[in-house]
Amino acid sequence: MTLGVILRHRFEGFELDVAFDAPPGITVLFGRSGTGKTTIINAVAGLLKPDEGRVATEDWVLFDTSTNHWVPPHKRRLGYIFQDARLFPHLTVRQNLAYGQWFAPKSAPREDMSRIVDMLGLGDLLSRRPAALSGGEKQRVAIGRALLACPRLILADEPLSSLDEARKAEILPYFERLRDETKVPILYVSHAATEVARIATSVVALDKGRVTGQGPAAEVLSDPAVTPLGVRAAGAMITARVTAHHADGLSTLRAEGSDLLMPRVTQPEGTDVRLWIGAQDVMLAIVRPDGISALNILDVTIRDLRVGTGPGVIVQLSFGRSVLLARVTRRSAEALNLHPGQSVFAVLKAVSLPRDAVGDVMNRT
Amino acid sequence: MTDWLGPDEWRAVALSLKVSFWATCLSLPFGLWVAHLLARRDFAGKQVINGLVHLPLILPPVVTGYLLLTSFGTQGPVGRLLEPFGIVFAFRWTGAALAAAVMAFPLMVRAMRLSIEAVDPKLEQAAATLGASRAWVFVTVTLPLILPGILAGAILAFAKAMGEFGATITFVSNIPGQTQTVPSAIYAFLQVPGGESSAWRLVIVSVIIAMSALLISEWLARRANRRVAA
Repeated sequence: MTLGVILRHRFEGFELDVAFDAPPGITVLFGRSGTGKTTIINAVAGLLKPDEGRVATEDWVLFDTSTNHWVPPHKRRLGYIFQDARLFPHLTVRQNLAYGQWFAPKSAPREDMSRIVDMLGLGDLLSRRPAALSGGEKQRVAIGRALLACPRLILADEPLSSLDEARKAEILPYFERLRDETKVPILYVSHAATEVARIATSVVALDKGRVTGQGPAAEVLSDPAVTPLGVRAAGAMITARVTAHHADGLSTLRAEGSDLLMPRVTQPEGTDVRLWIGAQDVMLAIVRPDGISALNILDVTIRDLRVGTGPGVIVQLSFGRSVLLARVTRRSAEALNLHPGQSVFAVLKAVSLPRDAVGDVMNRT
Repeated sequence: MTDWLGPDEWRAVALSLKVSFWATCLSLPFGLWVAHLLARRDFAGKQVINGLVHLPLILPPVVTGYLLLTSFGTQGPVGRLLEPFGIVFAFRWTGAALAAAVMAFPLMVRAMRLSIEAVDPKLEQAAATLGASRAWVFVTVTLPLILPGILAGAILAFAKAMGEFGATITFVSNIPGQTQTVPSAIYAFLQVPGGESSAWRLVIVSVIIAMSALLISEWLARRANRRVAA
């Protein structure tokens, strides 16, 4: 099921005008805050009535302003995971989880409560009230509540942004599993590049109320022309396999026929992972560097250079069949005479590869 | 208790309890509706409704009583309208209940409105996205969260109704056994020589009822805040 979204809405001093498709899996709406991501998701949910637009799947129209068709939010069969969990304080965890099921039509395919409880590790919390839960626990209950409402569409508005790094690491795997297991389209709002690289099936990059790029995650993220968070946060996503864990706290990952050393990852040997590599962390050399502390030196070919108005240049690199991005100064690019087609060496410090940038790869069949 | 209070005094206490009970119960659903309207809806004339609700709080009670008499009395427009249905307010205990209800209404609405406003509308939105219609959202989310506020409002209204004097005596006079509530009885006892001891006993009863109502309502309000803040 693919969700088609066309929206136009004018606020004071801000205009949203977007059109994109959300195929099955997680479609991440990616951009800085204030680019209209939450507006889009609220319009899809029916919490905001846009000036113009149409949101529909192949067989189901949520609203269409041209025909004056409007399904109220409570009839849209949503699973909306809010940034602030919004659990009902007067209900226990079990009652919160069951809330959406009370209202789901009898004919809807029932999600099994015990399966969701197991998947999210909520077994010990069922009789507690939200006040007695930690932030991460609340968010897990909120995810469970959304899934159990038998949704035809899942919406998540920065569900991890209010959590610290440890809690994020605890919840991200659930979204990875959700992406791989459910057939329901998921719209996921985020402004964190590593999060997007880990969970996105496809990405819709947004800037100032406009779509600046959309498509499969690896393509959009490695396109130097699409930098929704600005060049400082640009980066690329590659797939790698964990091949060895070492006693000195490092792990070897194999990608595109090369070995990458990085701080120890949690995944066992033999698993495929997604890896986000920031453009900031990649250095370029035209001869193979010698006597250098950086552990990773990769053979790459320059595909494209993108010169902006600032002092930096984003260099798009072919790394086997994958793409890497490197951010260097315009002065270096000129001094080294960097040009498309040139073979160069990408230098990557092991310690600059953040551990949270490693996620489970999609195993969709 | 029955021995300690004389028959006239006892009659006044029983009547006061009856009047306050019915005044509170019958204005409860209406008060909840108005409180919800004022807390959650925006409409033209909202300030007018708000003003009308609060009017009995700022008008002299005698004025409120006189307005009730001219509209709900047997010759009043509303009174004439209701008489064929057997509903008579003038110089009956029902009139005392109406006067008490009108005088207590602002306090009731205020307590309920504050508790509704303390409920995060985002919770109600979340309930809607989970499939609850507007009515179900109210029943399953808003109502349970404001229940302590509703009880607090009802108790405040009850206490206010117990103490209502000015509007009651103006509207339905001071007839023993019919419209003589505790405050009217105290006033009547003080008009006759040797009535002080009866008056004192009723004063003590009034203080006990008022204090307990206040304590219970404070306790409920604290519980309500804890629950909504959780």
